[in-house]
Amino acid sequence: MTETERHDYDVLVIGAGGAGLRAAIAARERGMRTAVVCKSLFGKAHTVMAEGGCAAAMGNVNSNDSWQVHYRDTMRGGKFLNSWRMAELHAQEAPDRVWELETYGALFDRTDDGRIHQRNFGGHTYPRLAHVGDRTGLELIRSLQQRIVALQQEDHAATGDYESHLRVFAECTVTELLTDDDAIAGAFGYRRESGRFIEIAAPAVVLATGGIGKSFQVTSNSWEYTGDGHALALRAGANLVDMEFVQFHPTGMVWPPSVKGILVTEGVRGDGGVLKNSEGERFMFRYVPEVFTGQYAQSEEEADRWYEDQESNRRTPDLLPRDEVARAINTEVKEGRGSPHGGVYLDIASRMESEEIKRRLPSMYHQFKELADVDITAEAMEVGPTCHYVMGGIEVDPDTGRSSVPGLFAAGECASGMHGSNRLGGNSLSDLLVFGRRAGLGAADHVEALDRRPAVDEQAVGMAAARALEPFDAPPGTTAENPYTLHTDLQQTMNDLVGIIRTDAEMISALERLDELRDRVRDVVVEGHRQYNPGWHLALDLRNMLLVGEAVATSALLRTESRGGHTRDDYPDLDPAWRRRVLVTHLRDDADGGTRGPVVPRLVVEPAERAAMRDDLLALFELAELEKYYTADELATHPERSGERGTA
Amino acid sequence: MTYTGRFRVWRGDAEGGALHDYEVEVNEGEVVLDVLHRLQATQTPDLAVRWNCKAGKCGSCSAEIDGRPRLLCMTRMSAFAPDDVVTVTPMRTFPVLRDLVTDVSFNYAKAREVPSFSPPADLAPGEYRMQQVDVERSQEFRKCIECFLCQDVCHVVRDHEENKEAFSGPRFLIRIAELEMHPLDVADRVDAAQDEHGLGRCNITKCCTEVCPEGIKITDNALIPMKERVAGRRYDPLVWLGRTISRRR
Repeated sequence: MTETERHDYDVLVIGAGGAGLRAAIAARERGMRTAVVCKSLFGKAHTVMAEGGCAAAMGNVNSNDSWQVHYRDTMRGGKFLNSWRMAELHAQEAPDRVWELETYGALFDRTDDGRIHQRNFGGHTYPRLAHVGDRTGLELIRSLQQRIVALQQEDHAATGDYESHLRVFAECTVTELLTDDDAIAGAFGYRRESGRFIEIAAPAVVLATGGIGKSFQVTSNSWEYTGDGHALALRAGANLVDMEFVQFHPTGMVWPPSVKGILVTEGVRGDGGVLKNSEGERFMFRYVPEVFTGQYAQSEEEADRWYEDQESNRRTPDLLPRDEVARAINTEVKEGRGSPHGGVYLDIASRMESEEIKRRLPSMYHQFKELADVDITAEAMEVGPTCHYVMGGIEVDPDTGRSSVPGLFAAGECASGMHGSNRLGGNSLSDLLVFGRRAGLGAADHVEALDRRPAVDEQAVGMAAARALEPFDAPPGTTAENPYTLHTDLQQTMNDLVGIIRTDAEMISALERLDELRDRVRDVVVEGHRQYNPGWHLALDLRNMLLVGEAVATSALLRTESRGGHTRDDYPDLDPAWRRRVLVTHLRDDADGGTRGPVVPRLVVEPAERAAMRDDLLALFELAELEKYYTADELATHPERSGERGTA
Repeated sequence: MTYTGRFRVWRGDAEGGALHDYEVEVNEGEVVLDVLHRLQATQTPDLAVRWNCKAGKCGSCSAEIDGRPRLLCMTRMSAFAPDDVVTVTPMRTFPVLRDLVTDVSFNYAKAREVPSFSPPADLAPGEYRMQQVDVERSQEFRKCIECFLCQDVCHVVRDHEENKEAFSGPRFLIRIAELEMHPLDVADRVDAAQDEHGLGRCNITKCCTEVCPEGIKITDNALIPMKERVAGRRYDPLVWLGRTISRRR
């Protein structure tokens, strides 16, 4: 029944999006025998969906840009909750990571002098996003995929085997991390195409599994985004942090159903598209929050001039950070000024020539024409918030991506820290490159320093197999649950009760419903056999979605303030006392995370102190701005306080 | 508008299979993939369908609808009348794994046979300078989402398993064209296109261009220009003469 395919590698990367592929490249270039496991086919990961671009302060379009400005923008976007060290490394290293892609064969759009063109985006002071039209994610994944192939070709020339040092296991899902005395020893999973089990022994595992959007009903995320890495890490003993922060992208399509949730890139607004309510009003001017006062245009005339002349005008509030725009749309709809299908209008058709729209936003035009028969050059789009990105994730060391479990690393969306309470558009592709590489190097360092390789416990492998097969055996005396129905119920619960606007009562009721789902998920029964059986796959993914959903709801209930991707109707204001607190999720001591415990183990969320920003970085901000976010005692060392002038 | 749609879906595996009839709810604004998902949720929980983004960006959900290679997520139900029977079958050129899912490893093997981008040795990262007009030719081919529908439709391999070894297919011929037209690639790819990847077997019927969901002009912008480069080098009498003389020396 449980015949298992076995492999042995130095570094195992789980996830083959931007972060996973970049980690694999880094590990292989350091001489590690590296395996990459991907849930889909090679090159299909969710990274392909990224549209707008990759933020990097190259200064190609506006030479005033620098890593310091990018750093400040990132911290502001995250409402000063970001890991300052990650934001610093990210801002400093992103340009090198983009240029490196060109050496892999990437072809970005160009400036007149032949350099990489950069576009404006929400929350970024200067044009900063390297892009290829609006299909930047595809370019990124393809370039990394082709770099992997290039490395395999080198190995083939040297050894006669393409896969001697770097192998991709496509359509393969990991269900369990294997440990030896708390250190990582490998991973266990199944191959979709055969349903057969696979065990990959490796002393270092890099999690790069992306996000959790499939726990929500309206989402821009693909089916893969079931929080696998979050759940695997928790069950292996690592911490999650900041799980209450979930980004709802303000402009997902709300109509027609074939495209519901699918993103309309922020580039539409960066290039001149504006948000309007049912009365035709450009309502964003009424929603500039106090912390951003003075940074955005106050009239339509000034906003329109900004597209042409950015030196002497302020940008349109249509380009406020995503959390602000999402909340504004939510309010407009709630107050009765929404579109027929519960969104607002995003209008670029009346503001730009049809041919110009097609040239600047080709894949947007194409996507909506083909998928929905909507012509964005002729009519306004109906858009509303869609679950897009989770800022929370596995707690990692900024420099190496190391988690608290020896041998376990994480990068990309499933890791946390970089984006604080709210991610800026364009900062995720650069995040994948910067921290994917660092996690790959961190894993290589870890392997090189080992004096003994952890051993795979065959008994644990047997139990992992048994757990994976549970849905095929109907438990006696219970009602068989359909995984698709359970999934719909989970998505409805998360969307309605832990969505963009949250209240105490709703989240308590969400946790009750999640508890019921926890019981029902035990009784899930699937039909058919193990070969490429989507019902079975979903039954296993549900366990992860449920665990992660509970982490989000529990954290959100505890944080009694509103900030970034966490908005409380009952605590609408930002509370400086909460800035320094971080909510840490881990398994309950009595909840066995291994194979003997419940299908979905119990977790706890506890507050801890956030690390304070280094003084020289703090000095990059003016005191007046910091005072909006910080308590007075935290700012005692700021140069403006201690008598010197700030450098900002 | 909601109605009961009639679907015929191929189900089976490498051993064999058959078309199965289903009646399933169809709502306004849906695509074929939405309906297949409803089938999974209500009638056939183990129906194997490969998909991922459901937004026409990843190229996973390739299949054949009424015999035509299509992405399931980009085929709107509004293209059919409510009483049409919609037939969904797996891609024919690749071996079936299960139901609508095929083994596309042929394509990944071919991808490895195309030598990678070769940048000039004297340019450091960050020093690349290219004009927009020059990168656009290759950018068109880099729009490819690797759905492999062009590979599926191409008659050179569609019913000719024996040609697969010598023919890389439209997807990888445009990859070669992309690198050949890359402003900074220093490798020569013309001879390999003809001798190792089977460019000469293509007789420009444009089927690949027709099925490309990205609208890439595969035949006009990649295959024909590559054929011209081969012809220019091999069959231009002046070039031939020049080469023959220089070879003698």
